[in-house]
Amino acid sequence: MNVMDWGPLWLTLQLAGVTVVVLLVVGTPLAWWLAFTRSRFRTLVEAIVALPIVLPPTVLGFYLLVALGPHGLIGGPWKDLTGSALSFTFTGLVIASTFYSLPFVVQPLHGAFEAVGKKPLEAAWSLGASKLDAFLTVASPMAIRGYLSAVVLGFAHTLGEFGVVLMVGGNIPGVTKVLSIAIYDHVEVLEYTQAHILSAVLLIVSFLILSIVYTVNRRLPIHVS
Amino acid sequence: MSRLDARFRIDYPGFRFDVACSVPLDGTIAVFGASGSGKTTLLKCLAGLTRASSGFLQFDRTVWQDDARGIFLPVDRRRVGVVFQEARLFPHFTVTQNLTYGMKRNPPSRRGIAFDHVIELLDLEPLFRRRVSHLSGGEQQRVAIGRALLTSPQLLLMDEPLASLDQQRKKEIVPFIQKLNRELSIPVLYVSHALNEILQLANHMVLIKEGRVAATGPIQEVFARLDLPGLVESNMVGAILETRIAEHEPEFGLTRVEFLGRSLFLPRQALPPGAPLRVQILSRDVSLVAGAPPERSSVLNALEATIVEVSESPSDQYAVEVKLDVGCPLLAMITRKSLQQLRLRPGQKVHASFKAVALS
Repeated sequence: MNVMDWGPLWLTLQLAGVTVVVLLVVGTPLAWWLAFTRSRFRTLVEAIVALPIVLPPTVLGFYLLVALGPHGLIGGPWKDLTGSALSFTFTGLVIASTFYSLPFVVQPLHGAFEAVGKKPLEAAWSLGASKLDAFLTVASPMAIRGYLSAVVLGFAHTLGEFGVVLMVGGNIPGVTKVLSIAIYDHVEVLEYTQAHILSAVLLIVSFLILSIVYTVNRRLPIHVS
Repeated sequence: MSRLDARFRIDYPGFRFDVACSVPLDGTIAVFGASGSGKTTLLKCLAGLTRASSGFLQFDRTVWQDDARGIFLPVDRRRVGVVFQEARLFPHFTVTQNLTYGMKRNPPSRRGIAFDHVIELLDLEPLFRRRVSHLSGGEQQRVAIGRALLTSPQLLLMDEPLASLDQQRKKEIVPFIQKLNRELSIPVLYVSHALNEILQLANHMVLIKEGRVAATGPIQEVFARLDLPGLVESNMVGAILETRIAEHEPEFGLTRVEFLGRSLFLPRQALPPGAPLRVQILSRDVSLVAGAPPERSSVLNALEATIVEVSESPSDQYAVEVKLDVGCPLLAMITRKSLQQLRLRPGQKVHASFKAVALS
């Protein structure tokens, strides 16, 4: 029996962590726009954001593979800019995961901002707060539950990513070989013990995260105006 | 006297908001009208929370909005305080943090209103340690008023601040609002569809109907206008008199007040002599006597009056409305039969007797 390789676990946690940070940066303005815009493109954007929920990961992965390739929509300009390719790299995985987990971050934030509504913001503006000031001191703290859900769902969803990673990242140890793929590999060569251990770790980590979040969420005050 | 000049136009589907008015920046200016007439839209345009497609707004000598010149001062740069229908306190802050939110964002050189003064005026100290969510509706509204005042605004905008409160809470808040004017001398623009609030608080009014200004002027004059159709409720108001408590007559359960050097009697009031009191006379409570007044009468309140105008009553086909001058406008609603028997005509001197009701 081979020695247990914990590399995929650390890689997975790193990927999920970085992805969540990227998603918060990208998802906050997007969710804000969705919550407050009166643009007729709103429903269209909402549908696009929700696509990863219904699409088979292989379909999403396939398109991302094409887009991230050296001649792709994202990969091409990236290569011109940095000189290196995106496919089969950690950065490529982060970009792919960002798309894959987008709805799990945007939707809770969207809901939370909508629940906060415009009224407390109008009050803050009339008290002399700028738009950014009002967002930081009023909207964000009032949407704290939404942020918590977004972080957890985004993180947990990225942890369990398989199809997209397989398509975009391949299976390069230390670079793109994440936990779910490592488990698959172990099963393929009938290393059930290793598969058991890694699966149990993922199961326990996921369960712990969700339990902590639901407990914390219960204790947070509800801020609905 | 500095003034507020405003002109806003917004085209909504099926509704045009087109308001132009100029009001003195003094005391309480009431914006009165039915629900959906555009009162709140006017307030939001003044605050800068809604941007009219075409608008002009000048506060005293400062232009806040002029679309012809591309000027629009955003809400956080206008020195207005806004009190909304719902208190809109920040639930994640304490009462004190709510109160100082705007104050801290106002540079100290501009803080004209002292913290302690506002706290005392609105009796806020007992609320400091309470949680926002545990305050009653009236208490929340008091904190909201305090929060707005502490930004030392040049204009306080109030959007039906009492509408979401029950009668008891309303009674609690009104005296605080009355004190604002007297003690802080900040002009207040008060939006409401409740007539009695306006009669108690306002000295100038803008009447809005279907997105337009139907009338504007000092409150006594607006309510004495005979040409305001559709304001059946307001036509009940015959006069609003600014009086002063003269003395109490406890043995009769009466209070004597002075109005332009003459005495009127009201049911006993709780205010001390010398205090100002606004008195309302309903037009249907006024009766007219032509010629010399009867020497002995059970009527306590009678004033000499000159008839200004006679017109149809909008609410009763057998009645007419008579506009009188008693030193201020007074409306009387009398029957057609009386009109004929007394042969009333403009310029004629009569005696008006009435029942007076205190507004408080």
